[in-house]
Amino acid sequence: MTSENIKLPDNLPSAENLLKTLAAQLKPLLQTNTALVGIQSGGVWLMQRLLVLLEKDIAAHAVEHGILDVSFYRDDYEMRGLKAENRPSQIPFDVENKHIILIDDVFYTGRTTRAAMNELFDYGRPASISLIALVNRGGRELPITPQIAAAEIVLDASQNLQLIQNVDGTLNLELQSLEPKSFELQSPELQPIPGTTQA
Amino acid sequence: MNNPQLDADGRLRHLLSIEGLPKKILNQILDTAESFVGVAEREVKKVPLLRGKTVCNLFFENSTRTRTTFEIAAKRLSADVISLNVNTSSQSKGETILDTVDNLIAMHADMFVVRHSQSGAAHFIAKHVPDHIHVINAGDGRHSHPTQGLLDIFTIRKYKPDLHNLRVAIVGDVLHSRVARSEIHALTTLGVPEIRVIAPKTLLPAQVDKLGVHIFHDMQAGLKDADVVMMLRLQNERMNGAMLPSAQEYYKTYGLTQDKLSLAKPDAIVLHPGPMNRGVEIDSGVADGAQSVILPQVTYGIAIRMAVMAMLAGGQATTSQTSGTQS
Amino acid sequence: MKIHIKNGRVLDPKNNIDSKLDVFIAAGKIVALGEMPAGFVANQTIDASNLIVCPGLVDLSARLREPGDEYKATLVSELQAAVTGGVTSLACPPDTDPVLDEPGLVEMLKHRAKQLNLAHVYPLGALTRQLQGNALSEMGALREAGCVGFSQANIAITDTQVLWRTMEYAATFGFTLFLHAEEPFLAKDGVAHDGEVASRLGLKGIPSAAETLALASILRIAKETGARVHINRLSTAEGVDMIREAKKQNPNISCDVSANQLHLTEHDIGYFNSNCHLKPPLRTQRDKEALSAGLKDGTIDAICSDHTPVDDDAKLAPFAEAEIGATGLELLLALTLKWAQQENVSLLRAIKLVSQTSAQILGIPAGDLSINSDADICIFNAAEYWKVSPGALKSQGKNTPFNGLEMAGKVKTTLIHGQVVYQS
Repeated sequence: MTSENIKLPDNLPSAENLLKTLAAQLKPLLQTNTALVGIQSGGVWLMQRLLVLLEKDIAAHAVEHGILDVSFYRDDYEMRGLKAENRPSQIPFDVENKHIILIDDVFYTGRTTRAAMNELFDYGRPASISLIALVNRGGRELPITPQIAAAEIVLDASQNLQLIQNVDGTLNLELQSLEPKSFELQSPELQPIPGTTQA
Repeated sequence: MNNPQLDADGRLRHLLSIEGLPKKILNQILDTAESFVGVAEREVKKVPLLRGKTVCNLFFENSTRTRTTFEIAAKRLSADVISLNVNTSSQSKGETILDTVDNLIAMHADMFVVRHSQSGAAHFIAKHVPDHIHVINAGDGRHSHPTQGLLDIFTIRKYKPDLHNLRVAIVGDVLHSRVARSEIHALTTLGVPEIRVIAPKTLLPAQVDKLGVHIFHDMQAGLKDADVVMMLRLQNERMNGAMLPSAQEYYKTYGLTQDKLSLAKPDAIVLHPGPMNRGVEIDSGVADGAQSVILPQVTYGIAIRMAVMAMLAGGQATTSQTSGTQS
Repeated sequence: MKIHIKNGRVLDPKNNIDSKLDVFIAAGKIVALGEMPAGFVANQTIDASNLIVCPGLVDLSARLREPGDEYKATLVSELQAAVTGGVTSLACPPDTDPVLDEPGLVEMLKHRAKQLNLAHVYPLGALTRQLQGNALSEMGALREAGCVGFSQANIAITDTQVLWRTMEYAATFGFTLFLHAEEPFLAKDGVAHDGEVASRLGLKGIPSAAETLALASILRIAKETGARVHINRLSTAEGVDMIREAKKQNPNISCDVSANQLHLTEHDIGYFNSNCHLKPPLRTQRDKEALSAGLKDGTIDAICSDHTPVDDDAKLAPFAEAEIGATGLELLLALTLKWAQQENVSLLRAIKLVSQTSAQILGIPAGDLSINSDADICIFNAAEYWKVSPGALKSQGKNTPFNGLEMAGKVKTTLIHGQVVYQS
């Protein structure tokens, strides 16, 4: 990536703290017939952490979970093609009549959520779908917004907020600036486009 | 020499043969196919990737089976599909191949799946289509059948994930087989250390060892300790003539029976591209036996073809990037 | 008409001349080299400073496509191509439509060519009627009509008894046979050398043995019958060895190689380049080297262009279905010079292989600059590069494996019978 790390603004919160907030906010939503679905890849990391943090509640309500990779449903496929890496979606439960909670790391335009909803409906007809995100960065382009976001941070279009998973499994947020025109887009590396690997 | 399958950025533009494709692209096709396998198990066995695109199956050589798998693959990607069987006897001249192709382009076809009895036909068509059109080779003469080669290696990888530690035996009519050529290139590119071909000399092409294979004429020796046995179809017209004395004699020497298979490793798998000649190149007991992965091959074939089409058709618009790439 | 060609480097292999000399032409003949004859007043002076002046090239194999295939090429287009390439005499094989097995056809072809006043055309008559390999053609009458020899083009005589009879009959009258050695059963449906590339591309192969088997029969029968036989377009290393051996015992054998075979191998087919669909097929590097060595040691006597113009539509097909052939008349000189340079062969010797020896094989008065000989002359710049492209070629056949290549050796002026017929 040609983007360079910007000095963290003082007010950029810690992902680990936000995670705790998110867990607390999510807790009341967990009930029977609920399933968590993480969107690749940040949403999946968050979900894995939430599964541990809310272990008791999840067990109590027999909450199921799955993973979505929305590559095949993205509306920018025409422009960008497929990502070099895409992982199979895994929805190991019956979607029919479930209350689905989608988990995403950074909510931005709403297009990933739309793709995820379209994909979910190909598995069956859920009772409801809600969306939780670690950060809502503003800039939505569709009538979609997360029910729960641990933080709201307004960012410029030239900035890219990304969730990073450290080797020990902990998470942190990273702010990057996007070069207006990246020559890397033309390189044989199939998808080094900043942002596309992030949900 | 420019590789006609890749664009200036090294991305897949056409799929014409396995030869010349970098390992990275082969792996990308296989990994993407992995994601498509799951799609078939859903309530709605479809993804919207190729919505609004028109895929044209252009079959100058009949094959209901291959055509059907491409049709299913395209439909599962939400493409519109036209299938044409072009009578080769009335259209054997190159100009008419191009006439047919030009007509379909005028009808806004986006992708051609081509099968032809002449080696190089898919390359020929790919050379003459405009930039935005993609060509997939569904079999050209004896040259190449890349999606078959890919689905074979995909199947092998499912059962034997460590490709760097395999002994693969390919048995039968290598001379006339585009499948064998595609398999050999796929296996060598992905680092399979030992590939054997087993056939009488009449069914082996000249200098086949230059493709990176070991030559065996004896089934017993060739199958010994193999992890994978890939059988090839023997065309009817080759069974009695100057190539082979009879189907019976072929079965006796080169037909895969349980006895011969027992020389391979106990957990060896058996592949066949179909349609099978039971009792000629393969015994029914083996074809339907525990070691056979012939039906999974068919299932995976659809996922592979979906992956190839999805990789070819996307990312072609030249519009500058918008902010709509993030959540 | 008197012409004075001055300041050129004159190459005349027959008279072993390679020096800076002036050439004087009068009434279509060469009248002097070096000193201007007394009383010579030139009507035209050609300045050949920094250029080479040599005999007009003689091509042993150039298809003109007339009669019959005028949509591929015409006598006019191909004879213009010939003089553009410095070729002043050429032999054309009999596989026209109709086949050149009738004296009337040969006379007409000669007559038409003569009227055009471009390169001299020397037809090779059909050896058997309709080239079918069954019955002898009227060789005597064809000879009278102007055939300089007899050929089967690319069509083999499968019946060895017929082959034997053709040679006996030709030997009776001292006619030369021009044969291409390819055993048709082994070569059946083949489109490329039976080797690595054909195996990789799934193309049906033509094994080297197709050439050597046919060659063995031809050489044996030639020896038995005493016929004078010229082998066209040798392609294999084993074939070169066989000719070398045969020549030791039989002075009536000669042979040529196509300029294509001196520069290309099976690998040039690349991804099914139909311009490389040629007969004989492009073979291996080893074969190419052996052909080159054979040419150097005299086993192979001459280089031909194997000029075979094909229309674009006929090439627009998958490899095997694309018609065989490539244009060559305008490339013969450049390809010969390129070979000579690569192999360290002198210019004089290189020119000999495309003029003097070819003329000798055809038995025609050409290929040298002797006093009183016809002034058929090629003047070229050996150092000038030109790019092979459809637009640069006069031939109606635009297909050649060398398309897009820069070549050294540009013909500046061609004279036939002391008349300038081409000037660049």
